[in-house]
Amino acid sequence: MAAVQNFPFVVIMLYLTGGVVCSVLRARAAARYCLLLNAAATVLMAMTLAYTLQSGSSYIYLMGHFSAPWGNELRIGPLEALMAVCFCGVMLLTLMGGMEHIFEDCEPGKINLYFGSVSLLMSSIVAILFTNDLFTAYVFIEISSITACAVIAVNYRNGAALVATTRYMIMGLLGSGVFLIGISMLYDLTGHLLFENLGAAVRAISEDAGTLFPLTIIIGLFSVGMGIKSALFPFHTWLPCAHGNATAASSGMLSGLVLKANVFLLIKIFCRIFGLESIVSHHVPDILLVFGACAMVFGSVSALLERDLKRMLAYSSVAQIGYIYLGIGMGTKAGMEAACIQILVHAFTKPMLFCAAGGFMSVSGGSKKMDALRGAARRDPLSGAAFLVGALSMIGIPLFAGFATKLNLTLAALALHGWKTWACVAAIVLSTVLNGLYYLRAAANLCSEPEQPDPKAEPVHARYSWQFVTSMCVFIVLNLYLGICSGRFMDAIHLGLELFS
Amino acid sequence: MIRNWFRSLYHWAEEGEFSAAGEDQSPAEQEESSVCLDESNAWLAEVRSDEGFVPRFLSWLGTPAAAALYRDLYRVFAAVICLTVTIVLLVTVPFLPEFGNPDNPANNEVSERYIERGLEETGATNIVAGMILDYRAFDTLGESNVLFAAMCSVAILLRVDRKGKEANIPEIQVWRWDGKANIYLRHATKILIPVTMIFGIFVVLNGHLSAGGGFSGGTILGASLILLSNAFGSKRLEHYFSNTVCKWLTFAALMAYACLKSYSFFTGANHLESGISLGTPGALFSAGLILPLNLCVGCVVACTMYSFYAMFRSGGIEDGV
Amino acid sequence: MGSDLSFSLNLFNYYEAVSMLIFGIGFTVLLLENNLIKKVIALNLMDTGTYLFLAAKGYVNGRAAPIITDGAAQAEAYVNPVPAGLVLTGIVVSVSMTAFLLALTVRLFLRYHTLNFDEIIRLSKKEE
Repeated sequence: MAAVQNFPFVVIMLYLTGGVVCSVLRARAAARYCLLLNAAATVLMAMTLAYTLQSGSSYIYLMGHFSAPWGNELRIGPLEALMAVCFCGVMLLTLMGGMEHIFEDCEPGKINLYFGSVSLLMSSIVAILFTNDLFTAYVFIEISSITACAVIAVNYRNGAALVATTRYMIMGLLGSGVFLIGISMLYDLTGHLLFENLGAAVRAISEDAGTLFPLTIIIGLFSVGMGIKSALFPFHTWLPCAHGNATAASSGMLSGLVLKANVFLLIKIFCRIFGLESIVSHHVPDILLVFGACAMVFGSVSALLERDLKRMLAYSSVAQIGYIYLGIGMGTKAGMEAACIQILVHAFTKPMLFCAAGGFMSVSGGSKKMDALRGAARRDPLSGAAFLVGALSMIGIPLFAGFATKLNLTLAALALHGWKTWACVAAIVLSTVLNGLYYLRAAANLCSEPEQPDPKAEPVHARYSWQFVTSMCVFIVLNLYLGICSGRFMDAIHLGLELFS
Repeated sequence: MIRNWFRSLYHWAEEGEFSAAGEDQSPAEQEESSVCLDESNAWLAEVRSDEGFVPRFLSWLGTPAAAALYRDLYRVFAAVICLTVTIVLLVTVPFLPEFGNPDNPANNEVSERYIERGLEETGATNIVAGMILDYRAFDTLGESNVLFAAMCSVAILLRVDRKGKEANIPEIQVWRWDGKANIYLRHATKILIPVTMIFGIFVVLNGHLSAGGGFSGGTILGASLILLSNAFGSKRLEHYFSNTVCKWLTFAALMAYACLKSYSFFTGANHLESGISLGTPGALFSAGLILPLNLCVGCVVACTMYSFYAMFRSGGIEDGV
Repeated sequence: MGSDLSFSLNLFNYYEAVSMLIFGIGFTVLLLENNLIKKVIALNLMDTGTYLFLAAKGYVNGRAAPIITDGAAQAEAYVNPVPAGLVLTGIVVSVSMTAFLLALTVRLFLRYHTLNFDEIIRLSKKEE
């Protein structure tokens, strides 16, 4: 076995032990250690990605001495590796971009615990991406939900953050409870927990008419569980509070990574256990499509009505999650590919927007309200540039990352038949118009001259740390790169999805 | 009509700005802006008095009545969801395999191999211990990290820094009340502590031989620590079991766990011999890595349980004097 | 598919039905109850339902717990060990979640002096 094949396992173990190591370090040392860990993980994952792309195939990594139906396994393919390298890189940049706010918002004695939680969070995300075992996925989902709550709760001197954490926690618990019941039922019907064996067993039992109903219910339970965890439309109520009240880096990583890991797990379950054709015959995707379309419109309208910048961004996340579910709900290969590229696009864009929002807040007296933020982009031009790029990307202007999603989703929608085409295209067009309205309004508000300049007050200008500058610049470049060279990403996603089934 | 709707929507969203505009300005500016404000309010009033349904609806949305209605609707919606979930789950039950039937799909080659070859492959007579610490060890590694993550997050929320700002908040002072237990508890504890401690250690050490293991044994040990601190006060316990000891014990146990399991995963994946002898089945020193892993898990669980208790009682374990 | 609709229903899965009922009660209370402590209890109820379900699915009539005492390991003698392992993992997870939720409750109570979550949300909105 080539050395490079060990890297996913090495990365998971590094992150897992990273959480433990950070808990005994001092704040600054923990911060450095966590950044170093993320940088190393990004490099290792990039090498794994290169390896899988070169070999054009996926491989199984045994976690122990026992093979398929008996032991735990990782499965590493191009799609998982692509997601992992993007997620590790985004995490690194998000931490760098929000570093100052972490040190401002947390209590000094607890900063090391924050970085420990972040490290555990990353370990769970990477493990969810790579695992080949449904129950392992459940365990790591629980790690991700508890650490995700911890990175919001670290801001506990703010009462709203506490309330938001509680709401997030309760919804997350409902979601994982439903998901666990789904796993138990599936285990009861098949006697397996690994994806490959589950897939074979599900194909074998779906001949029997008596299993049709429970299988539909199980698919429904998985969808509802992951839908709650990833804030799909009717279950999204926790998201704006949680993402709107956390510290900038936490908001970025929660909307950029944690939601996506859950959606990716759902994609994996659909493609590898049940198979796309079987899923379509159970009509679950139609429901996801309708909810996804509702999320796109409803999230955008809510964002339009929101007067708080971070909550506006959070509602925009609801809409963007809707795009992913719209892609999954199409029930076609092209739709899945569009959903995957949307996962990447949103992971690249939203953390940048949240870090920029953090920058605006620190030059506007810490307020998140639009009125107080008027003219913030003039005081903090770098964040302003990043916000503008992010906004254009979210609207879907060509050359920016968001265009790749809109293009691929529309193409996938046009290949469908009947009401679905019209529903998808209408939702995309309406959502794009609404995105344009609220993002451009926010950008105009941020760039315009403040209404009543107080002559006595010292003009506040942003002081940039090298970390913030690097983070914003790399985010902008990555966004443009993803927008211009989306073909490469699409090729890798296509290859990865082919290998799934 | 539609244009009007959009205008009102936009205006409603911008409303806060108009009302906030009049402060801290020179009189001339203020007059100007108040004219603006009046104009816009007049426009707003005109929009609001418009017979259209949407503007009136939008202005009504902000009232408490709307909030109450929204909450009621939410509760009805939630109740319907809960009922649906329960009924659907209950309806599914008859479609599942029969209870206790040996021919159920779950009793397949997987569980068969765990039982039939578990003893020779893992060396543990307790098949469940062999399964969770050897066959499916990655799950269990994740599981002990869930506990650690919970410990971190509870510490983030509840840990009180003795030198920090919070130490002087009266509520936290009350909360940190550390009473003296009565004589019955102290004498009973004196009798019980040796028994529970030894029982906990026994359960940890016998995890691979009989029912038990790190998780259950660690919980017993943690419970005996809690009893000790209740009876004799946390100060005396913290003399031996201070924050530093707890922190480094957890660190050492989790790192040892991760290292041992990494070795086993690495050799397994690369098809190398692990070189760990499994010993005689049934002996105390057998079953390869399972005994040390149980010890690590026991340490982590005991420390976690006690520090949960300490954090809820008084904002964390203190450093002993 | 659907051509052959003859399948048997197991109407005597009492344990499973009860576990689903417990799960449903826990789910409902967790979503609808205002008191945070009751929410925590409901979470544990919900998880217990799941564990009962798993334990029931692991049981096989007339077989013993999977601890080999006499050296002879026959699959016909012992119940399925997998659900036991899953339940163990699940219990640890729910202990962690309970601890975290209780810690949040303590913090919220210290700040707002009430356990009613609707009231807490109202108070926190008023703060802003």
